[in-house]
Amino acid sequence: MAGPMKMRATLAGGNTAGAHTEIRVLMTHPMTTAQGGQPLHFIQNITVKLNGRTVVEAEVSQAVSRNPVFSFRLKGGAKGDKVEVSWLDNKGDTSRIESAIA
Amino acid sequence: MNRLRRTLLGALAAMLAKPFAALAAWSENAFGAKTTQDALRGLGAANPAPSKDITIDAPQIAENGAVVPIEIASNIPGTTSLAVVLEKNPFPLAAKFDFKEGALPYIKVNVKMAETSDVRVVATAGGRHYAATREIKVTIGGCGG
Repeated sequence: MAGPMKMRATLAGGNTAGAHTEIRVLMTHPMTTAQGGQPLHFIQNITVKLNGRTVVEAEVSQAVSRNPVFSFRLKGGAKGDKVEVSWLDNKGDTSRIESAIA
Repeated sequence: MNRLRRTLLGALAAMLAKPFAALAAWSENAFGAKTTQDALRGLGAANPAPSKDITIDAPQIAENGAVVPIEIASNIPGTTSLAVVLEKNPFPLAAKFDFKEGALPYIKVNVKMAETSDVRVVATAGGRHYAATREIKVTIGGCGG
């Protein structure tokens, strides 16, 4: 079953030039391949948005592990900025999560 | 061709394209490829140049092929895309990431590997393609899951 997501977005490196936002997101999804007689069911598209603007667009295959965990990094970022991650699978199911950078 | 006709054709094309705009694109050709070469061709990156500016951080030996953590980054200026190719998997292309303004060309993800294999990461910068490769030994394959 495609279930809930968890996400944490944190500012790393403080106010230095190398500051970046680290996004860690967990998706609940079986990510099954067609092997072993199971139905092929996997996430195909993932979108990461910062304050409503798309920053990362991903296409993935059934080779991503079950209950996928991804880390993304954004240049800079500010506490309170909104990060949204959503996915779409090969059956048209979708899920999204939003949280503020901490 | 007259201008009116072109305008009408353009409007028609825009109307036809609209219902599909809601659906995200998934590169069937690249992901359906069964060899690394075909996958790269499907990505439009047939002959990437070797680069030392792509880092691949992964275990040398993965005991469980079902969950192999891979951390990749590109130090090539202007990197707009990173693709992960697990060469010996039935479908080698595992993922492709496009980075827009504001994102760093960095990804960490867990993948499934059928067997010991080279992992190739292809970066795109300024319309050119670069690649780095690293071998990961897999003790128990993870493609049943």
